[in-house]
Amino acid sequence: MRGSQSSKQTHISTARRLHDDIIPRARKLLRLLVLYAILIALCGFVLLPVSWMLTAALKPDDVPFYTIPPHWFPIEHFEWRNFETALLDPVRPFLRFTVNTLIIFGGNVVGTIFSCTLVAYAFARLRFRGSGFLFNVLIVTMLIPWQSQMIPQFLLFLELGWYGTYLPLIVPSFAGNAFFIFLIRQYMRTFPRDLDEAAKIDGCSYFGIFRFIILPLCRPVLAVVVVFMFLSSWGDLLGPLIYLNNTDQFTIAIGLANFATRYSPNTNLLMAANLVMMIPPVLVFFFAQEQLIGGIASVGLKG
Amino acid sequence: MERREERVAYLFLLPWLIGLVVFIIGPVIASLLISLTDWNLLTPPNWVGLKNYEKMFSDRDFYNSLRVTFRFVIMSLPVYTVVSLSLALLLNQRIRGMYFFRTVLFMPSVIAGTAVAVLWSILLNPDVGVVNQVLGTFGIANPPRWLASRDWAIPAVILMGLWGVGGGVIIYLAGLQNIPPHLYEAATIDGANSSQKLRFVTLPMLTPSIFFQLITGLVGAFQVFDVAYVLAGRGGTRASALQFYLLNVYEEGFQNGRFGYASALSWVLVVIATVVILITFRTSERWVYYESEEDKS
Repeated sequence: MRGSQSSKQTHISTARRLHDDIIPRARKLLRLLVLYAILIALCGFVLLPVSWMLTAALKPDDVPFYTIPPHWFPIEHFEWRNFETALLDPVRPFLRFTVNTLIIFGGNVVGTIFSCTLVAYAFARLRFRGSGFLFNVLIVTMLIPWQSQMIPQFLLFLELGWYGTYLPLIVPSFAGNAFFIFLIRQYMRTFPRDLDEAAKIDGCSYFGIFRFIILPLCRPVLAVVVVFMFLSSWGDLLGPLIYLNNTDQFTIAIGLANFATRYSPNTNLLMAANLVMMIPPVLVFFFAQEQLIGGIASVGLKG
Repeated sequence: MERREERVAYLFLLPWLIGLVVFIIGPVIASLLISLTDWNLLTPPNWVGLKNYEKMFSDRDFYNSLRVTFRFVIMSLPVYTVVSLSLALLLNQRIRGMYFFRTVLFMPSVIAGTAVAVLWSILLNPDVGVVNQVLGTFGIANPPRWLASRDWAIPAVILMGLWGVGGGVIIYLAGLQNIPPHLYEAATIDGANSSQKLRFVTLPMLTPSIFFQLITGLVGAFQVFDVAYVLAGRGGTRASALQFYLLNVYEEGFQNGRFGYASALSWVLVVIATVVILITFRTSERWVYYESEEDKS
């Protein structure tokens, strides 16, 4: 009798252990496995197309481009010359396109940093009549679709003789960009007021305060602005498409779009050119991930 | 002293004020005027009144581009919202290696639309493309013909967009990490299980982020261009199935030289987009929850 009771007890305690310990643990493990399975599948969705593209870009001309089953990884062919051809082809010199895009980006950096920091400083740290109203105007301009200004702007720049130059793609940045002004203003507002007051007592002018006290503190937010600007300049298709008419001036986005649409392209070269367009933003992403994610997140929270 | 500060402030604002007049207010008014003319750059413009607007009623391209754009707006916004929200919840889990997964999944969001469209137009080749081959290995015998089909062209564009959905995920993730932990603690004490916490804590607290994403998504969806230009540029079925509104404006204005008509078209889009966005703002009072007004600034 005693024996059977104790065996019953061990039975119960095993059941309890199973219930309290093993089942939750198994459940946790299962949950973890499912999580990892989903995450790995998603990584496949992101990375396999890129890897397939690289494989395709490295195929020589005489190898079939589409295969069954697909060649996912670059293990067989390494025709690096395809990249050379894509970059230096006299019909579509993607190296030239890259340089052109960087010139436009450079002009935009100078213009945007110059104008947006000045304007953001006024909104963030100066008191003046109409500041609330003008700030609301700034916010509204962010929501006005660009199409409503696109055609008159084009006709204006045409009238000025700027068609076929980079000026229409650079000069407007000197007038500020509402989104970047907003971003910088939010950042400048976080500095303590005492900074300005102390400098003012020391006889510093408003411009001096801006130039020597506020601006140096803004480096982190300016880094975010430059990263955003790079991505938008690099990817912009419509602007260059409207204003540029000469292959020598084309940006990488037009070069690629024309390559894909106008001719029946050598698909391996098209994929090589596409990689040329994809790699710089991805590199920027890896090096500036913190700034980029921080920037996007702060926009979302303050929006 | 005060006066001086004010003068200086306007001096600092000057670049933006000039830009506001020259690049925004001026052009907006000008485009309204241009839309009432037959401006084509070749002959001096004539005043034609509302003729450009009347013309739209019998313009098949106008109707088609409107239909394509609305189809995209209606199909893409729910898909992007649900997918990016779910992804944010997934990436918010505290498990080993999460930094790696986040990095990988955010990566495509920085790639330009043109490059994404070029890549996926090849991947989605209906006969030999890898997407349909993969679907085939999962036993799908008659996979969609994607860009070659009228019905599947828009879903194909949405699929391309999903590849770069990371930008929205970042915003939701920031929203998630901004939810004060004491709310979850209180819910646990009240005996809420994890799905109840999602329903009654997480989602309400995320509504400002969802709203922000909805507005930026709407603004973006009405202005789709790059993908349309790359994919519809070759004519045929694709051209009409992917004739997004802005592409039609571009073709009428910058390819056919009908600047008056193109201006009228842009104005119609601006009005439609504004109405849709205002309606969204109106409904937001009912479902967007702000924790406290002071936090909003």
